Amino acid sequence: MRVGIPALVFGLALGITSASAQSGDLNLPRSIQAGAAFSVQAGGSGKGTLYIVGPAQFIKQDVQLGGAIEVAAGALYNAGHYSVWVTSDSSTQSGSIDVTPVQKPSDLTFIAKPSRLPVALHNAITGSAYVFDSYGNLITKPMQVSFQLTNQGSAPETRNVETRNGAAWTQMDSAAREGKAQFVARVGDVSSIRIVGEVPGDPCNIKMSARPAGNKIQLVTEPVKDCSGNAISDGTIVTFTATYGAEKTTVDVPLKKGIASVEIPAHRGATISVASGVVLGNQIRWAQ
Amino acid sequence: MSNGGRLLAIALAGATVALVVIGTLWPNKAAAAFSSGEQFSTSAGTPEAAVRSLGEQIRANAYQRAYDSLANKGEFSEQQFHRDLTSGWPDLRTYATLSDFQVQPLHASDSEADVRLKMQWSTVVGPSPSSRDLHLVNNGGRWQVQWPITKEPVVPPQVIPVNYLRWDVINRSSADDWGAQDVEGPHVRIVDMHPVQRAEGLVLLGELLNEDVIPAYVSVTATLLSKDQKPIDTEGSFDNISHQLLPKQVTPFLIRFPNVTLSQVGSVRMQPFSQLISASADPVIEIQNEKLNPAPDASVTGQLTNQSGQIANVAHVLGTFYDQQGQVVWVGDQYVDHALLPGVPVAFNIHIPEDLARKVSSQRTVVATYSFGGAQ
Repeated sequence: MRVGIPALVFGLALGITSASAQSGDLNLPRSIQAGAAFSVQAGGSGKGTLYIVGPAQFIKQDVQLGGAIEVAAGALYNAGHYSVWVTSDSSTQSGSIDVTPVQKPSDLTFIAKPSRLPVALHNAITGSAYVFDSYGNLITKPMQVSFQLTNQGSAPETRNVETRNGAAWTQMDSAAREGKAQFVARVGDVSSIRIVGEVPGDPCNIKMSARPAGNKIQLVTEPVKDCSGNAISDGTIVTFTATYGAEKTTVDVPLKKGIASVEIPAHRGATISVASGVVLGNQIRWAQ
Repeated sequence: MSNGGRLLAIALAGATVALVVIGTLWPNKAAAAFSSGEQFSTSAGTPEAAVRSLGEQIRANAYQRAYDSLANKGEFSEQQFHRDLTSGWPDLRTYATLSDFQVQPLHASDSEADVRLKMQWSTVVGPSPSSRDLHLVNNGGRWQVQWPITKEPVVPPQVIPVNYLRWDVINRSSADDWGAQDVEGPHVRIVDMHPVQRAEGLVLLGELLNEDVIPAYVSVTATLLSKDQKPIDTEGSFDNISHQLLPKQVTPFLIRFPNVTLSQVGSVRMQPFSQLISASADPVIEIQNEKLNPAPDASVTGQLTNQSGQIANVAHVLGTFYDQQGQVVWVGDQYVDHALLPGVPVAFNIHIPEDLARKVSSQRTVVATYSFGGAQ
């Protein structure tokens, strides 16, 4: 029978109080795997109560003394060190048992950061994997975790890392091409997938052209790309500035379909520049 | 009810009656203004008195009375006069009240006069000054204002196709496992920071760049540390920043530390904050005819033109002023109190402190807009 944590305090108090009256050692295994059935041999006769108290679980069970007390499979499943007492009106017997994680991985918690980053960065993607058994216990025994980063259109990059204290981690490079990379951590037949967005870097070589449009100038950039040739994301702000004498016209235009386009008033002799973020593009002098 | 309770009830009722009588017999200015209007100065014996009377009527929202007093009311309707002062579209002026005004004579003869009416409007984001140069005519000893009407621009009926990008955000669910992936927050970077000592205290100026590919809500907090690394004060940029940054957009920021001197400061800890938000790249605002005007009354002036179809109800213009070395020397701002209608230019004027105007060599202006009915 399993009871809640509040009963734990009561159980401990009862055990300690009873132990002070009379004590003896229980015969029970030193350790079991989480969820395994086991038996406790307690001396004496008559009825008694079994208490198993551990870090995240407490079991109380009415038992018959003088024989094997069976603890059913699945009853004790949280890994940790447990104290065991069997008490009756006249005696208290105690012992301890370690519950270890099941050695077969059942779940993998995979933290991949960042979920979005610029292309062509060295060791910028971090993956951390934590291996758990079917009861959610961290498996501390060393295990091989395979990390695989697959970028669109290129061969997967794989690292095999052994867990230490249940965790393994690695660092990967972001690809030169933009796209969604699949980052997989695998241990045994358990795997977890994360998607890492590899986005274009800063614009490179912004070039614009100008042409008359009535009494205005139409300014259009060439498709804006980063230094690896990736198209800069739509919505990125491109700033056009036209300076004429002591006056100036400025427009922040978001990229649309890879280019930025705007119409500004035409002023003879105006110097027109283009920039995005901290990157400057070309300049045009409007002579018409 | 006990005797004590009965006495308290009687005392409260008596006090209420007494206050109502006092308020009725001796109302304050605001109350008088909102009531019958009999307390308005109706003197029009001089041009200044006529303009003052008009100002009082506007302050009291007595637009019909103000309209009736005008000499040229046949040229426009009372509704147009009302809209001229309070806007036809929802904007800062719509919810503003005239808190004060000054009358400045410019020119006068026996039959005509020119008077400047300087108005200070109280808006939700602070004071908004405006002025009108009024021409007055003497009609049989009574001076009347010829109101220089600025008719509300009419945007022709049209369909403006807008297909700018919009970003929507779906965050991880609270029910997800602790290791579940979430959307990455935007990456922002302070690209410039510079302290300036002013009479009122220390001011931190700088610029913040959204170096990501997604929009960001941003703000900046700074902590001043003394020479022995103890915190002196922590302040934020509040509204001296454009809070929404689209990808690769740069905003200036200004953080004020009143009553702190630069000599007290050993170092500064800057904390840029960014959060992923849903946003639209629309509307696009063009800043036309920007001009640096030298002292006195140093300023940067220009016009904002909304190139999109969506009305921008409130526009916040931020100017970054640089010296010859390209270092930020000041950040100024102005809220434009009129809505930006598609294709209709609206003027702005950002004041530059006189003592800094000499140092300013170039400037950069950004506009943040807000549309009622949804943050943009």
